[in-house]
Amino acid sequence: MNAPSPNTLRPRAEAEAARLPPLLARAELLARTVLLGEHGRRRAGAGDDFWQYRPVQPGDSRRMIDWRRSGRSDVQFVKQREWQIAQSVMLWVDPAASMRFTSDKSLPDKADRARLLALAMALLLVRGGERVGLTGTALPPRRGQAQVTRLAEALLHESDEDYASPEMSGLIPHGRALLISDFMGDLSPLRGALTAAADRGVRGLLYQVLDPAEEAFPYTGRTIFESVGGTLAHETLKAGDLRARYLERLAQRKDELATLCTATGWRYGCHHTGESAQSALLWLHGAMAGGSGA
Amino acid sequence: MILGPIGFAAPWLLWALVALPILWIILRAVPPAPIRRRFPGVALLLGLKDEDSVSDRTPWWLLLLRMFAVAAVIVGLAGPVLNPRDEGEGRASGPLLILLDSSWASARDWAAQMGVIDAMLAEAGRDGRPTALMQLSKAETPVFQAAETLRSRVPGLTPASWAIGDDVLERAADMLGDGQFETRWFSDGLAQPGRTEFLEVLEARGPVTVHESARPVLALTPPVLEDSQIMLRVLRAAPAPERDITVNAHGLDPAGVSRILANLPLRFDEGAVETTGALSLPPELRARVTRFEIAGEAQAGAVTLTDDGLKRREVALIAGREDREGLELLSPLHYLQQALSPTADLLEGGLMDILPANPDVIVLADVATLSGAEQAALLEWTNEGGLLLRFAGQRVAASDVSRSDEDPLMPVRLRAGGRTVGGAMSWGEPKALAPFVEGSPFQGLAIPSDVTVSAQVMAQPDPTLADRVIAQLTDGTPLVTRKRIGAGQVVLFHVTANAEWSSLPLSGLFVQMLERLAVSSAMAPPDAAELEGTIWQPLEVLDGFGRLKDADNRPGVPGERLLEAPLGPDLLPGLYDGPERSVARNVIAADTVLTPMEWPARVTVEGLERAPETPLAGWLLAAALLLLTADILASLALSGRLWPARAVALLALTLSLGAVQEARAQDDARAILATEELALAHVLTGDAQLDDTARAGLRGLGQVLNFRTSVEPAEPIAVDLELDDLTFYPILYWPISANQPTPSAEAYVKLNDYLRNGGLILFDTRDADIAGFGAASPNGARLQRLAAPLDIPPLEPLPEDHVLTRTFYLLTDFPGRHMGRAVWVEAAPPDAEQIEGMPFRNLNDGVTPVVIGGNDWAAAWAVNERGDPMFPVGRGYAGERQRELAYRFGVNLVMHVLTGNYKSDQVHVPALLDRLGQ
Repeated sequence: MNAPSPNTLRPRAEAEAARLPPLLARAELLARTVLLGEHGRRRAGAGDDFWQYRPVQPGDSRRMIDWRRSGRSDVQFVKQREWQIAQSVMLWVDPAASMRFTSDKSLPDKADRARLLALAMALLLVRGGERVGLTGTALPPRRGQAQVTRLAEALLHESDEDYASPEMSGLIPHGRALLISDFMGDLSPLRGALTAAADRGVRGLLYQVLDPAEEAFPYTGRTIFESVGGTLAHETLKAGDLRARYLERLAQRKDELATLCTATGWRYGCHHTGESAQSALLWLHGAMAGGSGA
Repeated sequence: MILGPIGFAAPWLLWALVALPILWIILRAVPPAPIRRRFPGVALLLGLKDEDSVSDRTPWWLLLLRMFAVAAVIVGLAGPVLNPRDEGEGRASGPLLILLDSSWASARDWAAQMGVIDAMLAEAGRDGRPTALMQLSKAETPVFQAAETLRSRVPGLTPASWAIGDDVLERAADMLGDGQFETRWFSDGLAQPGRTEFLEVLEARGPVTVHESARPVLALTPPVLEDSQIMLRVLRAAPAPERDITVNAHGLDPAGVSRILANLPLRFDEGAVETTGALSLPPELRARVTRFEIAGEAQAGAVTLTDDGLKRREVALIAGREDREGLELLSPLHYLQQALSPTADLLEGGLMDILPANPDVIVLADVATLSGAEQAALLEWTNEGGLLLRFAGQRVAASDVSRSDEDPLMPVRLRAGGRTVGGAMSWGEPKALAPFVEGSPFQGLAIPSDVTVSAQVMAQPDPTLADRVIAQLTDGTPLVTRKRIGAGQVVLFHVTANAEWSSLPLSGLFVQMLERLAVSSAMAPPDAAELEGTIWQPLEVLDGFGRLKDADNRPGVPGERLLEAPLGPDLLPGLYDGPERSVARNVIAADTVLTPMEWPARVTVEGLERAPETPLAGWLLAAALLLLTADILASLALSGRLWPARAVALLALTLSLGAVQEARAQDDARAILATEELALAHVLTGDAQLDDTARAGLRGLGQVLNFRTSVEPAEPIAVDLELDDLTFYPILYWPISANQPTPSAEAYVKLNDYLRNGGLILFDTRDADIAGFGAASPNGARLQRLAAPLDIPPLEPLPEDHVLTRTFYLLTDFPGRHMGRAVWVEAAPPDAEQIEGMPFRNLNDGVTPVVIGGNDWAAAWAVNERGDPMFPVGRGYAGERQRELAYRFGVNLVMHVLTGNYKSDQVHVPALLDRLGQ
């Protein structure tokens, strides 16, 4: 790679900058489809606003009893306030070359869809008052619109390696995490990372983005399959014969991911670039909101 | 080796076909080339083995395709030939002489002869026989060489336009040498002395086969003029079945274009060898005939050229006094009419009326003075080759013409009064004629003794007089004098044209003298004695196929050879130009007899019909190539890579050939569409919305024109300046947008052509001309750049009295969607003045080539398919009024284009009617 000279840096920078606003705009547009409604987490927790009265249960300290409410009836109630603690959400979008694949010109590549979803989630979360950042130490969670811009910038970073594994350093304990990837690479680093995250009380979502071709394997004839980065290759004389076994392996992998999630309290979702980004965002939003329920 | 109608040059190559089944097995086993695919899921594939280790088979139909391709190559290389020559064993060796008559009579089947010769040489080439070729009409010593070398010469052979000379056969016999060879003789079918002897000479050297066309040769003899009818005689060499032919008379039409002026259908009865017919043509037409030709018979014998022989001279007779009441015998023109009428066409009338008819001769009998205009016209006519023949008489003798100074139209100066000898009041005897001296045109004519001259006008002695006298009396006084003027001449008879002054007009000598002067006719063919010592320059010569060609630099021919010597390379048939006349030398003379050649029974005579040998190798190899191309496409399709850009480009290339023709057909259709009905057109600007508006605008204007005027335009047409022909459209609407592309240089050439030839372009900057006319608005600036290369005359704002203001409606302003300021048109000429009493000046003749404005007319005109206006104009009723005015401007503009300044001329109608008294 050449050292960036002033002559080439500026056009590259401009080209990069040109990509940012559309991504942001699309993410905004996508995020706008999810109605946030009232703020707050819709569940009991630490906060200022009233949430509900509930009957006292064993283990509640007496101090918690709301005497004014309890005085009106025979049962003792505890007054709960709405949970208003801001969460820290860490995003990771697979920057590897395998994500830059699309089987059809009319489809976006996986990386594009992943970035879009991540940024839209970030927008929603920031609007909800959460702090959003990237895993790793590059961009710690912060709140505010400026963070979204920084995120968008950081998400455009691409890596040359074929498959990447999430960097799980700098996780904030009891925070949340969203990992978007095709999870085609080796799963053992992911397993390690997820276990480490679960150890620190971090929970979150594993979101697998796949191209329809990867799900259908519509190939026949003599074919040499190459990874996008070009490091891996596999030659077959009859690609059609491989389909069943490929699909079996893919299902196995999905299963493995789901199992891993169950074990660590994460949630697993799968999305195809042929489907609409909106449904994916809805799922992500719902999973992010509901999955953290007490 | 022969298989049915197909023979093979290298049959052993066909053994390679045995290898095909082996090839089948090999080709079958080779798997198709792999495809490289990017696929992120490859990580999941790693380690998967193919269940079936046997390679994928090539489909059977692809194999079959390849087999066919290989088979075609093998068979093609084996040299297949359709209808091969197979002449038996014994004859296919030894040298071969191909002998061609190649005379004019051979030309009728030349192509067939060449085909047979070509096939013969091809066969000789395959047999390795040395061959030689000899054309008897251009006899040269034959040289035996490789047939292929000779074959390349075959297309260059042409028949001669003459018959074979008598001595040629003897000379040719000497050239043959002593070697043994087989002879193929392509005869023209005409008998000739010495032919039998020559055949014996040939037979002494080897077998002889004669090839001869079965069609008897036709020949056209020179036309003869009988009672102003042209007699045409066509000869046939041998009796044959009934046959109809047509003789065409070719000549120049009044526009100077060579065409068929008349034709004469003729019929050979069964067994007849000769047919004649008469063609009656008016003299003017007859004089224009340059040659007669038997239609469809492309050989020199079927063409006969006409020279002066067919022409009857046109002689204009003009007398000084019209003595209609006098005795006919005393009329000054009576004897001339008698002498000339059998052989010449006589014209009578006023001199100035006759001159445009361009007669060959003008006779002025006793005409003394000519007006200045007459004299000038006559002088010019004479200068261009006319013959002016003047006769003396009382008036000439009494006038002062050519008295002190020589008149340009008189050969000599004349003394006053003339003289009378031998009359009642004078001494002396009437004078007789002196013998004609050498160099005189009358030389050799016998002088009858009873011709006497009793009165004459006398010539003044001058230094030039002696040269100009061509006939004189016994006392040495001139009787006929001549002067050359340019290409023509003026001849003066010093006596009257009637018998008043002399008995010359009564004698046969008078007629002969007129003939010699080429007054009466040039019909009599010149005889050899007359032509002796002259040189004749060929003008046009005939080639063997009867086509006329320029003679270029051919040398002149001595007169004595011209008529008698046999035709040959140094004397081609054609038209020869000599002193004062031209002579045609034709292949067929009036006395030519066509005799068919009778070959002895021992000689094999073959026709020219043979199924041509067709080598098939090229076709087969081409088919193999096609199959292999199909194989490429099929292989690509199999491996799923047919549709990448490369293959598509290849396919597009092949399809583009067809597309070109389609485009041409489209061009034609477009031209028909544009010319079938009047079509308004707009220039495509590249801005789709603007183009749509322009189209809708012209549609609206067309509807208005349709409703209100007799102009009924068709649907508007969009014109691409780069591609389309502009000539079909009377008016082009050109909306200007700031960023439309500049047309190419070729388009500008077309545009300028269009403007110069009466087209009108309406430029519309559509900006209401906000900044006045000029470059201040972006559209204005664009217009300036667009129009800079155009040939646009000086412009001015449309003046109040311009014809555009009243071609249909009376208009004072020209709004469109905007009420802009000036509309610019071609400036009036600086000298245009308003005439007293006229409402307007007499402005430009014709149509202004451009109208420039910025009122966005198209938007005001525009209507959608239902006829509703598409754009609002102004507000309320005033807006509708503005739209109406915009339509009126459009109507006026179209009317202006179609009628020019007709309305401007209408102003004169009252005056004209007044003058007509109505």
